[in-house]
Amino acid sequence: MSKHEIRAPMPGTFYRSPSPDAPAFKVDGDAVASGDTIGLIEVMKTFHEVSAGVDGKAIRFLLDNEEPIMAGQVIAEVEA
Amino acid sequence: MAIKVVHHGLATTVQDLGRPGYFHLGIPVGGAMDRYALRAANLLVGNDEGAAGLEAVFIGPKLEFTEDGLVAVTGADMPAKVDGVAQPGWTAFKVKAGQTLTFDFLKSGARIYIAVSGGIDVPVALGSRSTYPIGALGGYKGRPLAAGDELPVGKGSLAAEGRSLREKFRRAPSMPVELRVLPGLYWHRVTEESQKNFFADEWKVANEADRMGYRFKGGRKLDFVEREQPFGAGSDPSNIVDSCYPYGSIQVPGGTEPIILHRDAVSGGGYFMVGTVISADMDLIGQLQPHTPTRFVEVTMEEALAARKARRAALDALHVALA
Repeated sequence: MSKHEIRAPMPGTFYRSPSPDAPAFKVDGDAVASGDTIGLIEVMKTFHEVSAGVDGKAIRFLLDNEEPIMAGQVIAEVEA
Repeated sequence: MAIKVVHHGLATTVQDLGRPGYFHLGIPVGGAMDRYALRAANLLVGNDEGAAGLEAVFIGPKLEFTEDGLVAVTGADMPAKVDGVAQPGWTAFKVKAGQTLTFDFLKSGARIYIAVSGGIDVPVALGSRSTYPIGALGGYKGRPLAAGDELPVGKGSLAAEGRSLREKFRRAPSMPVELRVLPGLYWHRVTEESQKNFFADEWKVANEADRMGYRFKGGRKLDFVEREQPFGAGSDPSNIVDSCYPYGSIQVPGGTEPIILHRDAVSGGGYFMVGTVISADMDLIGQLQPHTPTRFVEVTMEEALAARKARRAALDALHVALA
């Protein structure tokens, strides 16, 4: 069992859910599959989906909804 | 020789030094946002400084080479890899036929410039190979690259392999970022207090920052001097009778969020402008990520001209270093 870090591919603003009223894509403790979307990053007037990129369980988010994010910053950790 | 686009990254476009001379017709100057970095990349691989290369923002593309080519990557710190092997930045390295060029995460800056020996040989449109996507003009079919595209490359030489630019020539924004501004024709429209605040406050790059303009947030709202709006100016005090927008001008719609117009900006409109970022500092803006703290620094015309002269000398020194 190893810890895997999911990093932001670009800077912008991070969103946990697809729209303000919708539930979060994933919550702490959820299992994720590689292709699962775990959040959105808004930059240059567009929203980009961030996928987990790894199969794992017990995701733990390191930043909140609507937080600014830099490229390469760790968004979440999963047990892969 | 061709380069196959396997993945386009986020927004990757063919850019050269731009197409000046048509702004009065509404066609923007275009070209690389960080022209210094593009020049350096071209000179490293033995091209003319104005050859067309690729500009990629935040995420690098994945490119497959059909023939051997010499490549240099400058601008932002985003390590290049050839078949997975890391390559130094600001250095000419070889990519052999069949090999794939990819990029690691962005470490600092915002835009990389990828020059290939021979240059990207797309057709010239109005004197430039720069892509202006909104006008579907220039570049590769007038648009950002997409997977499956095959980029034609001119005939180049591999002779400069290993050539590297010394550290002092690798230009990147200093932190905190300072952009020098010459107050403009409409400076009198805001109150004295707002004039002071504009230069005193710390601003941050907003998410709405692209080739057209860079928006900033976080400073105090500008207050306008009361006046009866002239005919044609609209009712908002930040409106003016339509005017020309210079490259680098800073408009502040509603007095709230300054927007610096950049290479793909519109050429005119009805927002007042506090002033203009001096030409010597425009390249730096292309390397700013969202949330970057930024200050505007007031300069006089004399200081702006001195900075332009210094910039000219720095470009000459770059040419000498890579001659």
